[in-house]
Amino acid sequence: MAPILELKSITKRFPGVLANDKISFSLEEGEIHGMLGENGAGKTTLMNILYGLYHPDEGEIYIRGKSVEIESSRDAIRGGIGMVHQHFMLIPVFTVTENVMLGDEPTKFGGILDRESTAARIRDISSTYGLEVDPGAMVSTLPVGVQQRVEIIKLLYREAEILIFDEPTSVLTPQEANQLFRIMRSLAESGKSIIFITHKLREVLEVADRITVIRDGKVIGTTSPEEADKRKLASMMVGRDVVLEVEKTKAKPTDLTMRVQNLKVLDDRNALTVNGVSFEVKAGEILGIAGVQGNGQTELIEALTGLRHPVEGRIELLGTDITRSTPRQITELGSAHIPEDRQRDGLVLTYPVTDNLVLNTYYIKPFTRRAVIQPEAILENSKDLIEAFDIRTPSPLVGLGTLSGGNQQKVIVARELSRPIKLLVAAQPTRGLDVGSIEYIHGRLIEKRDQGVAVVLVSTELDEIMQLSDRIAVMYRGQVLDIVAIEDATKESIGLLMAGIQAEGQET
Amino acid sequence: MTDAEKTPKKETNEKPKVDVKSKVGIFFEEVSQSSLIIPILAIICGLLLGGVLIALSTEEVYSTFAESPLQAIGNGFKAAWEGYVTLFTGALGSPARISEAIESGDPREIRRAINPVFESLVKSIPYIFAGLAVSLGFRTGLFNIGVEGQLFMGGIFSVWVGYTFKGLPAYIHFPFAFLAGALGGALWGFIPGLLKALTGGHEVINTIMMNYVAFRLTEWLLRIPMKREGSTNPLSPIIEESAELPRFFEPPIRFHTGFFIALGIAALVYWFLFKTKWGFELRTVGANPHAARYAGMNILKNTVLAMSLSGALAGMAGANELLGLNHHLSQSFSPGYGFDAIALALLGRNHPVGVVLSALLFGTLRTGATRMQAVAGIPIDIISVMQAMILAFIAAPAIIRTIFRLKEPKEEEPGVRVSGWGGS
Repeated sequence: MAPILELKSITKRFPGVLANDKISFSLEEGEIHGMLGENGAGKTTLMNILYGLYHPDEGEIYIRGKSVEIESSRDAIRGGIGMVHQHFMLIPVFTVTENVMLGDEPTKFGGILDRESTAARIRDISSTYGLEVDPGAMVSTLPVGVQQRVEIIKLLYREAEILIFDEPTSVLTPQEANQLFRIMRSLAESGKSIIFITHKLREVLEVADRITVIRDGKVIGTTSPEEADKRKLASMMVGRDVVLEVEKTKAKPTDLTMRVQNLKVLDDRNALTVNGVSFEVKAGEILGIAGVQGNGQTELIEALTGLRHPVEGRIELLGTDITRSTPRQITELGSAHIPEDRQRDGLVLTYPVTDNLVLNTYYIKPFTRRAVIQPEAILENSKDLIEAFDIRTPSPLVGLGTLSGGNQQKVIVARELSRPIKLLVAAQPTRGLDVGSIEYIHGRLIEKRDQGVAVVLVSTELDEIMQLSDRIAVMYRGQVLDIVAIEDATKESIGLLMAGIQAEGQET
Repeated sequence: MTDAEKTPKKETNEKPKVDVKSKVGIFFEEVSQSSLIIPILAIICGLLLGGVLIALSTEEVYSTFAESPLQAIGNGFKAAWEGYVTLFTGALGSPARISEAIESGDPREIRRAINPVFESLVKSIPYIFAGLAVSLGFRTGLFNIGVEGQLFMGGIFSVWVGYTFKGLPAYIHFPFAFLAGALGGALWGFIPGLLKALTGGHEVINTIMMNYVAFRLTEWLLRIPMKREGSTNPLSPIIEESAELPRFFEPPIRFHTGFFIALGIAALVYWFLFKTKWGFELRTVGANPHAARYAGMNILKNTVLAMSLSGALAGMAGANELLGLNHHLSQSFSPGYGFDAIALALLGRNHPVGVVLSALLFGTLRTGATRMQAVAGIPIDIISVMQAMILAFIAAPAIIRTIFRLKEPKEEEPGVRVSGWGGS
């Protein structure tokens, strides 16, 4: 039998870039096919071709053995292809039913919305595939994992046969991810075919039937979880051997560097997003702050770095009260900040690498003398840092926006870590980066810790937290539920805390 | 499976090559930050469409169309060609007339023959100042639509200093009057800047409002406190001769010191924006306010500073016109320099060098258009339409790229970020 979907020699060029280079790929009916690759490897381009957003320069697409042209997403849906996007396309103030029927609303009596028939079909789909959801619930009240189920139901409602999941676990707790994997299994068992895009090795090994690795726009190979292990997949992804486990010795914490007491912070909508957080960080240790995205970590970081003033509580850095200090005062006390949203907060993409490397030190000697910028000094500085931090750029003068994500992050890391610092606040320091860059940045964080810097690491990647932290604070709904030493922490216990379930087994 | 050696290495994967361009190279990179080709092609397209408009507004095209369409099209071409010949000789001088005048040896005749070039330069001066004002705002992410009002405030302040103080030596009086104009403009920029910084009130709305306040204030001043004695018209007293910007030639050439002040200020703005830490802060706030805040820059201070400096530059435009040409304040001394300057700043890509070049173009077009109206009877408004079309082409580079089959630039053009209505 012909595979349900087959791509033959798909090539897509963008000016100066070969995004997809003769990619061939086949998806059998009822299988989960993992597509593994680093950011920029060409996974997204390929999926956008499948979904009709791009047109391939060369190559053919076959569905059930028949050659098809996919000109638009409408064609894709008609061909039975559906996509669960990384960011959900749901209207929060609508109910599940309304969201599902949106765009294809059944009506009765010539114009009245027929919610009942849709709701009935949703219940039907729910029970068939084990996608528990209440059709009458308002989407905004649902946890993220359930919202994702609504997205899946939307596709099934439109009778999609080929489901594409684009980095579906990035917003989920480990428990929710496991539930998603169960759902994917049951979908596959009832005959749906799934393409699972990810850069997380563990996940493809856990759930996929076959794994195709893409690098630099090419298919490197197709393998299966039985034949492959993490190490092999990683080296296929990166093109060389990778150290997956960070080597580190036990921390030797010394003096108290930062103390946070009963911190309360409002978000932009004036909601109390950080609600009474207290912790201490000592020089020479890494305090990991774990938690699912959106549990107050962003606002906490902003308060620690002076970007947002808390409404209550106290922050001390090296004995100085910095609760209401400006970012510059905090920086000058010896604090460094790797921001969560690097392109928004940490960099000026239209500036050259040189200027970005002095973004918060431009005003001091030797970069400025008597208010006049010293381009030579800035250039020298950038040459040194480009070499020391292995930033891959054709020249220090090219616009930062032309660098890859990993190299952009290295620019920030170089700028922040090259100063004499006492505290490092690193928020999602490796989000969206390739395995090689992650390895590099992890190494640098450990190195700073060993040099006696106090590190606050905020990450939604549990693996990252477990690998780097000496102590782990888990945030849930604006509060730190518990702080545990790494020796006492397991993935399961931290995962449960991330879901708001404390050791006593009570939900808060 | 391991085809690493076959994989073409991308440029960014190579070892860092840290070769550095010469200083001249860096300078040119800054000047031509974005390709110059789009503005130039936009100007060409604007001129071509302007020609079509001239042809369409010619009577003969319609009167001959019924008999012979070909003839009509020919007439159209002729009208457009003649219009542009008049425009450019009107703006740059007619070579025949210049050589004739030189042969005659009459200095007055020579001055009259070469006057058009100088008149074009004189007309460019307010555009340089006003264009710098708008572009400095844009660089900081602020859309200063209040340049026209700030220009009027500059005019009021400078003229007042010009006629109030008597007996000052010229080398004190005219710089003093000029700086007073800058101060007046700065004040008018400071207010919306402060409102934006303190309350978040959008500068677009507030500068528009401030324009009306400035216009009405001028009217009132000219009717009561600043009214010229013995005049029935709303005109201010004439400034002292010592406050006039010195001229270089006998009449009719009006070319004055303002031109060199403008070039000096443009160089200063360039130096300030690209060579000082304050300029670095302003540009960073404009390019990415979030990153600027993260880097410890004070957004509020920089917003107020940028609006004040922008206003000061606009005020200089007003001072320049009145101290250099009119020598008194009237209600209509600006034909909308402050508004044209928005188009001009965009055409000049918000770079001081680009602004000066665009201002020279605008001055030339304006001067030539006056002549074109007088000689060929083509309405001067054609120039406004042409300016608008050049702007449209600049604002929609996609059109130019399609027409000339240019490739999309690979890297993001270092354009200017202007916050939207609800934005930060």
